Amino acid sequence: MMWAAVLAGSLGCYVAKVVGFLLPASVLENATVRRVSGLMPVALMAALVVVQTFAQGQSLVLDARAAGLVAAIIALMLRAPFLVVVLVAAITAAGLRALGLAA
Amino acid sequence: MSDGAQRVAVPAPLKRTITSNAVGIGVASFAYALSFGAIAVSTGLSVWQTQAMSVLMFTGASQFALVSVLGAGGGLIAAVLTAWLLGARNGIYGLSMAPLLRARGLRRLVGAQLTIDESTAMALANPSPPAAARYAFWSTGVSVFVLWNTGTLIGALGAAAIGDPSMLGLDAAISAAFIALLWPRLVDRTMWAVALAGAGVALVLTPVLRPGLPVLAAALVAVLASVMIGRRT
Repeated sequence: MMWAAVLAGSLGCYVAKVVGFLLPASVLENATVRRVSGLMPVALMAALVVVQTFAQGQSLVLDARAAGLVAAIIALMLRAPFLVVVLVAAITAAGLRALGLAA
Repeated sequence: MSDGAQRVAVPAPLKRTITSNAVGIGVASFAYALSFGAIAVSTGLSVWQTQAMSVLMFTGASQFALVSVLGAGGGLIAAVLTAWLLGARNGIYGLSMAPLLRARGLRRLVGAQLTIDESTAMALANPSPPAAARYAFWSTGVSVFVLWNTGTLIGALGAAAIGDPSMLGLDAAISAAFIALLWPRLVDRTMWAVALAGAGVALVLTPVLRPGLPVLAAALVAVLASVMIGRRT
Protein backbone atom coordinates (compact mmCIF):
# COMPACT_ATOMS: atom_id res chain seq x y z
CA MET A 1 0.00 0.00 0.00
CA MET A 2 2.80 2.44 0.88
CA TRP A 3 4.76 1.52 -2.26
CA ALA A 4 1.61 1.83 -4.37
CA ALA A 5 1.01 5.34 -3.00
CA VAL A 6 4.65 6.35 -3.47
CA LEU A 7 4.86 5.06 -7.04
CA ALA A 8 1.42 6.20 -8.20
CA GLY A 9 1.93 9.62 -6.63
CA SER A 10 5.38 9.97 -8.20
CA LEU A 11 4.21 8.83 -11.63
CA GLY A 12 1.33 11.33 -11.67
CA CYS A 13 3.55 14.21 -10.55
CA TYR A 14 6.12 13.37 -13.25
CA VAL A 15 3.45 13.04 -15.94
CA ALA A 16 2.20 16.54 -15.01
CA LYS A 17 5.71 17.91 -15.50
CA VAL A 18 6.20 16.19 -18.87
CA VAL A 19 2.74 17.23 -20.13
CA GLY A 20 3.71 20.83 -19.33
CA PHE A 21 6.73 20.43 -21.61
CA LEU A 22 4.67 18.93 -24.43
CA LEU A 23 1.68 21.30 -24.50
CA PRO A 24 1.97 24.61 -26.37
CA ALA A 25 2.78 27.62 -24.17
CA SER A 26 -0.41 29.27 -25.44
CA VAL A 27 -2.33 27.26 -22.83
CA LEU A 28 -1.01 29.89 -20.42
CA GLU A 29 -3.06 32.56 -22.23
CA ASN A 30 -6.15 31.00 -20.69
CA ALA A 31 -6.79 33.18 -17.63
CA THR A 32 -8.69 30.47 -15.74
CA VAL A 33 -5.80 28.01 -16.12
CA ARG A 34 -3.41 30.62 -14.72
CA ARG A 35 -5.69 31.45 -11.81
CA VAL A 36 -6.45 27.85 -10.86
CA SER A 37 -2.75 27.00 -10.89
CA GLY A 38 -2.02 29.94 -8.58
CA LEU A 39 -4.90 29.30 -6.17
CA MET A 40 -4.82 25.48 -6.04
CA PRO A 41 -1.65 25.16 -3.91
CA VAL A 42 -2.93 27.87 -1.55
CA ALA A 43 -6.30 26.19 -0.92
CA LEU A 44 -4.76 22.73 -0.58
CA MET A 45 -1.93 23.74 1.73
CA ALA A 46 -4.26 25.78 3.96
CA ALA A 47 -6.53 22.73 4.20
CA LEU A 48 -3.55 20.50 4.99
CA VAL A 49 -2.49 22.90 7.77
CA VAL A 50 -5.81 22.71 9.59
CA VAL A 51 -6.37 18.99 9.06
CA GLN A 52 -2.84 18.16 10.17
CA THR A 53 -3.27 20.40 13.24
CA PHE A 54 -6.84 19.82 14.41
CA ALA A 55 -8.04 16.49 13.00
CA GLN A 56 -7.79 13.17 14.75
CA GLY A 57 -9.54 10.72 12.47
CA GLN A 58 -12.91 12.36 11.98
CA SER A 59 -12.96 14.40 15.19
CA LEU A 60 -11.56 17.86 15.78
CA VAL A 61 -9.27 18.23 18.79
CA LEU A 62 -7.24 20.99 20.34
CA ASP A 63 -3.92 19.54 21.50
CA ALA A 64 -0.18 20.25 21.50
CA ARG A 65 -0.17 20.49 17.69
CA ALA A 66 -2.16 23.75 17.86
CA ALA A 67 0.45 25.26 20.17
CA GLY A 68 3.11 24.08 17.74
CA LEU A 69 1.31 25.80 14.87
CA VAL A 70 1.07 29.07 16.79
CA ALA A 71 4.81 28.85 17.52
CA ALA A 72 5.48 28.21 13.83
CA ILE A 73 3.44 31.24 12.78
CA ILE A 74 5.34 33.43 15.25
CA ALA A 75 8.62 32.10 13.85
CA LEU A 76 7.44 32.89 10.30
CA MET A 77 6.49 36.43 11.32
CA LEU A 78 10.03 36.80 12.67
CA ARG A 79 11.30 35.63 9.24
CA ALA A 80 12.89 32.47 10.61
CA PRO A 81 14.23 29.99 8.02
CA PHE A 82 12.28 26.81 7.23
CA LEU A 83 14.16 24.43 9.50
CA VAL A 84 13.81 26.79 12.47
CA VAL A 85 10.05 27.09 11.88
CA VAL A 86 9.68 23.30 11.82
CA LEU A 87 11.93 22.79 14.86
CA VAL A 88 10.18 25.47 16.92
CA ALA A 89 6.82 23.77 16.27
CA ALA A 90 8.16 20.31 17.10
CA ILE A 91 9.92 21.48 20.29
CA THR A 92 6.83 23.39 21.46
CA ALA A 93 4.54 20.39 20.99
CA ALA A 94 7.04 17.90 22.46
CA GLY A 95 7.74 20.21 25.41
CA LEU A 96 4.07 20.63 26.30
CA ARG A 97 3.59 16.85 26.12
CA ALA A 98 6.67 16.15 28.23
CA LEU A 99 5.39 18.57 30.87
CA GLY A 100 1.97 16.92 30.75
CA LEU A 101 0.33 20.22 29.75
CA ALA A 102 -1.18 18.97 26.49
CA ALA A 103 -2.07 15.75 24.74
CA MET B 1 20.59 24.64 -29.97
CA SER B 2 18.68 26.32 -32.75
CA ASP B 3 19.68 29.84 -31.72
CA GLY B 4 23.34 29.03 -32.52
CA ALA B 5 24.59 32.23 -34.20
CA GLN B 6 22.89 34.78 -31.98
CA ARG B 7 23.67 32.81 -28.84
CA VAL B 8 24.92 35.15 -26.12
CA ALA B 9 27.12 33.76 -23.38
CA VAL B 10 26.31 34.43 -19.73
CA PRO B 11 28.56 37.25 -18.40
CA ALA B 12 30.95 35.87 -15.76
CA PRO B 13 29.76 38.04 -12.83
CA LEU B 14 26.13 37.15 -13.53
CA LYS B 15 27.07 33.49 -13.76
CA ARG B 16 28.79 33.67 -10.36
CA THR B 17 25.73 35.31 -8.79
CA ILE B 18 23.41 32.69 -10.27
CA THR B 19 25.68 29.86 -9.09
CA SER B 20 25.83 31.16 -5.54
CA ASN B 21 22.05 31.70 -5.44
CA ALA B 22 21.50 28.20 -6.82
CA VAL B 23 23.69 26.72 -4.07
CA GLY B 24 21.94 28.85 -1.43
CA ILE B 25 18.52 27.62 -2.53
CA GLY B 26 19.86 24.05 -2.53
CA VAL B 27 21.10 24.45 1.06
CA ALA B 28 17.69 25.77 2.13
CA SER B 29 16.00 22.78 0.51
CA PHE B 30 18.49 20.49 2.27
CA ALA B 31 17.18 21.73 5.63
CA TYR B 32 13.64 21.23 4.43
CA ALA B 33 14.46 17.72 3.19
CA LEU B 34 15.90 16.76 6.59
CA SER B 35 12.49 17.39 8.12
CA PHE B 36 10.73 15.60 5.25
CA GLY B 37 12.91 12.49 5.63
CA ALA B 38 12.39 12.40 9.38
CA ILE B 39 8.65 12.99 9.19
CA ALA B 40 8.06 10.43 6.42
CA VAL B 41 9.88 7.66 8.28
CA SER B 42 8.12 8.43 11.55
CA THR B 43 4.77 8.33 9.74
CA GLY B 44 5.50 4.73 8.77
CA LEU B 45 7.27 4.86 5.41
CA SER B 46 10.52 2.93 5.03
CA VAL B 47 13.79 4.73 4.31
CA TRP B 48 13.61 3.37 0.73
CA GLN B 49 10.06 4.58 0.17
CA THR B 50 10.98 7.99 1.54
CA GLN B 51 14.04 8.22 -0.69
CA ALA B 52 12.09 6.99 -3.73
CA MET B 53 9.69 9.90 -3.26
CA SER B 54 12.47 12.47 -3.23
CA VAL B 55 14.04 10.99 -6.38
CA LEU B 56 10.88 10.19 -8.35
CA MET B 57 8.27 12.67 -7.13
CA PHE B 58 10.74 15.49 -6.40
CA THR B 59 8.24 18.16 -5.46
CA GLY B 60 8.12 18.98 -1.76
CA ALA B 61 4.52 19.98 -1.14
CA SER B 62 3.21 16.83 -2.85
CA GLN B 63 5.62 14.66 -0.86
CA PHE B 64 4.52 16.19 2.45
CA ALA B 65 0.86 15.93 1.41
CA LEU B 66 1.14 12.23 0.55
CA VAL B 67 2.74 11.51 3.92
CA SER B 68 0.26 13.68 5.81
CA VAL B 69 -2.88 12.17 4.23
CA LEU B 70 -1.57 8.60 4.63
CA GLY B 71 -0.62 9.35 8.23
CA ALA B 72 -4.11 10.70 8.95
CA GLY B 73 -5.65 7.46 7.67
CA GLY B 74 -6.91 9.07 4.47
CA GLY B 75 -6.10 6.04 2.36
CA LEU B 76 -4.24 5.53 -0.87
CA ILE B 77 -6.55 7.24 -3.36
CA ALA B 78 -7.04 10.47 -1.42
CA ALA B 79 -3.30 10.65 -0.66
CA VAL B 80 -2.31 10.16 -4.30
CA LEU B 81 -4.95 12.59 -5.61
CA THR B 82 -3.84 15.31 -3.19
CA ALA B 83 -0.22 14.83 -4.26
CA TRP B 84 -1.23 15.02 -7.94
CA LEU B 85 -3.31 18.18 -7.50
CA LEU B 86 -0.41 19.88 -5.72
CA GLY B 87 2.05 18.63 -8.35
CA ALA B 88 -0.07 19.87 -11.25
CA ARG B 89 1.39 23.36 -10.87
CA ASN B 90 4.76 22.03 -12.06
CA GLY B 91 3.06 21.29 -15.39
CA ILE B 92 2.09 24.96 -15.59
CA TYR B 93 5.72 25.89 -14.93
CA GLY B 94 6.72 23.47 -17.70
CA LEU B 95 4.61 25.42 -20.19
CA SER B 96 6.91 28.42 -19.80
CA MET B 97 10.15 26.47 -19.23
CA ALA B 98 9.85 24.31 -22.38
CA PRO B 99 10.23 27.15 -24.93
CA LEU B 100 13.10 28.57 -22.87
CA LEU B 101 15.06 25.33 -22.54
CA ARG B 102 14.22 23.96 -26.00
CA ALA B 103 15.53 20.61 -24.80
CA ARG B 104 15.01 17.40 -26.73
CA GLY B 105 15.11 13.70 -25.88
CA LEU B 106 16.67 12.72 -22.57
CA ARG B 107 17.49 16.34 -21.74
CA ARG B 108 13.82 17.20 -21.97
CA LEU B 109 12.82 14.28 -19.73
CA VAL B 110 15.41 15.36 -17.14
CA GLY B 111 14.45 19.02 -17.48
CA ALA B 112 10.81 18.14 -16.84
CA GLN B 113 11.72 16.35 -13.61
CA LEU B 114 13.74 19.39 -12.46
CA THR B 115 10.83 21.76 -13.12
CA ILE B 116 9.77 22.84 -9.61
CA ASP B 117 9.06 26.10 -7.74
CA GLU B 118 12.74 26.93 -7.20
CA SER B 119 14.20 26.25 -10.67
CA THR B 120 11.28 28.02 -12.38
CA ALA B 121 11.55 31.06 -10.11
CA MET B 122 15.31 31.32 -10.72
CA ALA B 123 14.87 31.05 -14.51
CA LEU B 124 12.17 33.74 -14.46
CA ALA B 125 14.28 35.97 -12.21
CA ASN B 126 17.17 35.95 -14.73
CA PRO B 127 15.41 36.48 -18.07
CA SER B 128 18.24 38.03 -20.04
CA PRO B 129 20.17 36.78 -21.88
CA PRO B 130 18.17 33.55 -22.38
CA ALA B 131 21.37 31.60 -21.73
CA ALA B 132 21.37 33.04 -18.19
CA ALA B 133 17.79 31.89 -17.66
CA ARG B 134 18.73 28.42 -18.88
CA TYR B 135 21.81 28.35 -16.65
CA ALA B 136 19.69 29.52 -13.68
CA PHE B 137 17.18 26.74 -14.35
CA TRP B 138 19.70 23.91 -14.67
CA SER B 139 22.02 25.02 -11.86
CA THR B 140 19.14 25.49 -9.42
CA GLY B 141 17.42 22.28 -10.50
CA VAL B 142 20.56 20.17 -10.09
CA SER B 143 21.57 21.87 -6.83
CA VAL B 144 18.13 21.35 -5.28
CA PHE B 145 17.88 17.76 -6.58
CA VAL B 146 21.23 16.74 -5.07
CA LEU B 147 20.74 18.51 -1.74
CA TRP B 148 17.06 17.59 -1.44
CA ASN B 149 17.91 13.93 -1.84
CA THR B 150 20.92 14.08 0.48
CA GLY B 151 18.80 15.82 3.14
CA THR B 152 16.02 13.27 2.74
CA LEU B 153 18.43 10.37 3.27
CA ILE B 154 20.03 11.89 6.38
CA GLY B 155 16.65 12.84 7.86
CA ALA B 156 15.18 9.40 7.13
CA LEU B 157 18.16 7.51 8.57
CA GLY B 158 18.17 9.81 11.62
CA ALA B 159 14.49 9.21 12.33
CA ALA B 160 14.88 5.47 11.77
CA ALA B 161 17.61 5.48 14.44
CA ILE B 162 15.65 7.52 16.99
CA GLY B 163 12.63 5.23 17.30
CA ASP B 164 9.38 6.54 18.80
CA PRO B 165 8.88 9.92 17.15
CA SER B 166 5.46 10.92 18.48
CA MET B 167 7.06 12.40 21.59
CA LEU B 168 9.27 14.53 19.35
CA GLY B 169 6.36 16.64 18.15
CA LEU B 170 6.75 15.53 14.56
CA ASP B 171 3.00 15.78 13.97
CA ALA B 172 3.28 19.48 14.82
CA ALA B 173 6.30 19.69 12.53
CA ILE B 174 4.15 18.65 9.55
CA SER B 175 1.68 21.46 10.30
CA ALA B 176 4.62 23.83 10.50
CA ALA B 177 5.97 22.57 7.18
CA PHE B 178 2.67 23.28 5.44
CA ILE B 179 2.23 26.73 6.97
CA ALA B 180 5.84 27.57 6.01
CA LEU B 181 5.11 26.50 2.41
CA LEU B 182 1.88 28.48 2.37
CA TRP B 183 3.22 31.65 4.00
CA PRO B 184 5.15 33.17 1.05
CA ARG B 185 2.10 32.68 -1.19
CA LEU B 186 -0.17 34.83 1.01
CA VAL B 187 0.73 38.01 -0.86
CA ASP B 188 -2.68 39.63 -1.31
CA ARG B 189 -6.30 39.58 -0.17
CA THR B 190 -7.35 37.01 -2.78
CA MET B 191 -4.73 34.55 -1.56
CA TRP B 192 -5.76 35.08 2.07
CA ALA B 193 -9.44 34.62 1.17
CA VAL B 194 -8.74 31.40 -0.73
CA ALA B 195 -6.51 30.09 2.08
CA LEU B 196 -9.13 30.84 4.74
CA ALA B 197 -11.92 29.34 2.62
CA GLY B 198 -9.85 26.21 1.91
CA ALA B 199 -9.02 25.83 5.60
CA GLY B 200 -12.65 26.48 6.61
CA VAL B 201 -14.05 23.91 4.17
CA ALA B 202 -11.57 21.26 5.32
CA LEU B 203 -12.35 21.98 8.98
CA VAL B 204 -16.13 21.86 8.56
CA LEU B 205 -15.99 18.65 6.50
CA THR B 206 -13.56 16.80 8.78
CA PRO B 207 -16.28 15.36 11.08
CA VAL B 208 -18.50 14.52 8.08
CA LEU B 209 -16.21 12.95 5.48
CA ARG B 210 -13.63 10.23 5.82
CA PRO B 211 -10.01 11.37 6.33
CA GLY B 212 -8.34 12.64 3.15
CA LEU B 213 -11.52 13.91 1.49
CA PRO B 214 -11.80 17.26 3.36
CA VAL B 215 -8.44 18.33 1.87
CA LEU B 216 -9.56 17.33 -1.62
CA ALA B 217 -12.77 19.33 -1.12
CA ALA B 218 -10.60 22.39 -0.59
CA ALA B 219 -9.35 21.95 -4.17
CA LEU B 220 -12.88 22.79 -5.30
CA VAL B 221 -12.56 26.10 -3.45
CA ALA B 222 -9.63 27.01 -5.69
CA VAL B 223 -11.57 26.13 -8.84
CA LEU B 224 -14.70 28.00 -7.69
CA ALA B 225 -12.69 31.06 -6.68
CA SER B 226 -10.95 31.10 -10.08
CA VAL B 227 -14.26 30.99 -11.94
CA MET B 228 -15.77 33.69 -9.70
CA ILE B 229 -12.81 36.02 -10.19
CA GLY B 230 -13.07 35.43 -13.93
CA ARG B 231 -16.74 36.45 -13.94
CA ARG B 232 -16.07 39.58 -11.91
CA THR B 233 -13.27 40.92 -14.11
